[in-house]
Amino acid sequence: MASKAKGPKAVTANRLSDGVVVYLTPDDRWAETPDQADWAEAPEDQEALLTRAQAFAGTTVVAPYLFQVIPQADGTPRPSHMKEVMRANGPSVRPDLGKQAELAHPGTGEER
Amino acid sequence: MYRYDEFDQALVNDRVEQFREQVNRRLSGELTEDQFKPLRLMNGVYLQLHAYMLRVAIPYGTLSANQLRTLADVARRYDKGYGHFTTRQNIQFNWPALKDIPDLLSELAQVEMHAIQTSGNCIRNVTADQYAGVAAGEVEDPRVYAEIIRQWSTLHPEFSFLPRKFKVAVTGCREDRAAVAVHDVGLRMTRDDAGEPGFEVLVGGGQGRTPVIAKTIRNFLPKRHLLSYLEAVLRVYNQLGRRDNAFKARIKILVNSVGADEFARMVEEEWQAMPDQELDLPDGELERIQAYFAPPAYHDLPDDPPAYAAWRRHDPEFARWVQANVAAHKQPGYAIVNVSLKPHGGAPGDATAEEMEAVAELADRFALGEIRVTHEQNLTLPDVRQEDLYELWQALAHHGLATANVGLISDIIACPGLDYCSLANARSIPVAQRIQERFADLDRQHDIGELKVKISGCINACGHHHVGHIGILGVDKKGQEFYQLTIGGSADETASLGEIVGKGFAYDEVVDAVETLVDAYLEHRARGEAFLDTYRRVGAEPFREKLYAAD
Repeated sequence: MASKAKGPKAVTANRLSDGVVVYLTPDDRWAETPDQADWAEAPEDQEALLTRAQAFAGTTVVAPYLFQVIPQADGTPRPSHMKEVMRANGPSVRPDLGKQAELAHPGTGEER
Repeated sequence: MYRYDEFDQALVNDRVEQFREQVNRRLSGELTEDQFKPLRLMNGVYLQLHAYMLRVAIPYGTLSANQLRTLADVARRYDKGYGHFTTRQNIQFNWPALKDIPDLLSELAQVEMHAIQTSGNCIRNVTADQYAGVAAGEVEDPRVYAEIIRQWSTLHPEFSFLPRKFKVAVTGCREDRAAVAVHDVGLRMTRDDAGEPGFEVLVGGGQGRTPVIAKTIRNFLPKRHLLSYLEAVLRVYNQLGRRDNAFKARIKILVNSVGADEFARMVEEEWQAMPDQELDLPDGELERIQAYFAPPAYHDLPDDPPAYAAWRRHDPEFARWVQANVAAHKQPGYAIVNVSLKPHGGAPGDATAEEMEAVAELADRFALGEIRVTHEQNLTLPDVRQEDLYELWQALAHHGLATANVGLISDIIACPGLDYCSLANARSIPVAQRIQERFADLDRQHDIGELKVKISGCINACGHHHVGHIGILGVDKKGQEFYQLTIGGSADETASLGEIVGKGFAYDEVVDAVETLVDAYLEHRARGEAFLDTYRRVGAEPFREKLYAAD
């Protein structure tokens, strides 16, 4: 599992009510895109990130976990493994669906 | 078709309302995810890569036109306008919101559908030959027995917490279109020396990380003992199946570890110890269920009427579709029509709401309102008059549903793979699409002949790669998608497991490799030989040589 690997990590989960893929932000919101995610390098900071996320497992999100990211030059994280890239974008065979479609046509996705 | 009685309907309605309460309690935080997860799984709700996924049962793959229309409506109202037909004759919706699922299930309940036992360690949806009731040479309609097993296994208290999931398939013919040899229990209808119908019972087949062809533990089981004998099989498994390791918990591991003969002996002992006839079907019950599957009132029609023959002569595209997609019906003047859900460039098994509605409408118009789902992820219209085939074909073509490729290289089984599945290591659907693109020329496909390509995106083998004539298994190699090829597998009455041809291929190489295997077959095939026949005659070596010639 990716969480055993070294390097920077962020937390993702699915929104409880509708299953949409979400990411924990620095101000403890759940954003729909990984570039808004909080991330940490040190293992103890990553554990703290996960603990913060788990506080939302009651009524907000389901199954939060740490995943590997690559911080970009501007400090925003991007998923590194192909599975997390797929979650962040949507099915590669259906560019009309998932977040990739919402980003292409902004304003249609739910904000929370 | 079977129609719910008041007990069936009350059970399904009650389950929807129970689940509605459970969802409400989860959304309010009263239930934790750990508490809720087993409850949602009992109702077919998984959490997948992008969203929740709902798997809806289609018992033995039989649907009415009205049910298919409801599935279309559900796809449109609660999902993103499409559904995915699976290798167990079910349908999956990829994007339902948890908060909407109780309403969705309530709509399904109105047409006698549900998602009970589509997940969890219980007896899953019983599958059957999609040509049930209409195949020539059938001993009996297997759906009668699949329905009896469905009723017996639904919420069976003793078998709701098995060591692992349990899948049963039934075929009424010698020909096996239900892949019975790769199921936990496979039932093949046969006759004894006196001509009485009964079952050959196979156990311990399966795919996944440990593929096994099922062993016959009883050559002939009289029909009336079906449930008591199955109960004995399940009891032995329930007692002795491993619960310490999920990867070793299926019945195939138990049968392999004690041996098929010893397993058969234990079942026999358990069976003999049961009170006499405790579970035998009471008089009249078999007949009651059989009545639901009574053949329709067929008309006395000429076989191969002149107009049908003329259209085949004059329209080569129609003739090609007939050759690939139309099968012989037991009744003269009728035909079985396969509707391919493998249009080139589509996702195998996916159907849009509009496509489902089109098939439902055509089933009403031309096929007595009945549709079957095949384990190869296509749809079948079982009762079509031959005189209507040309008009039906034109209407299917209008909806993009007349791809003449059933049984050919582009009729690929593919699991959802990394595009949708949280277990997958590699994508399956785009590999299928690239193969379809490479072999887009239907003349070439027809020249190659029967060739079953099956693709799984991980070792769980939902895409049946072990039994593909060419099997493709996606793996994660250092974060990259990589594909292992097998050849020589088969899921029919000559079932066999494919053998690995050699080292695997990267995503960009795998289609070339498949084409090379096809070329090797074309070089070696004798007249009239299909891919599998050639492989069985010459072995894997000529294929390997061609594939790795440059190494």
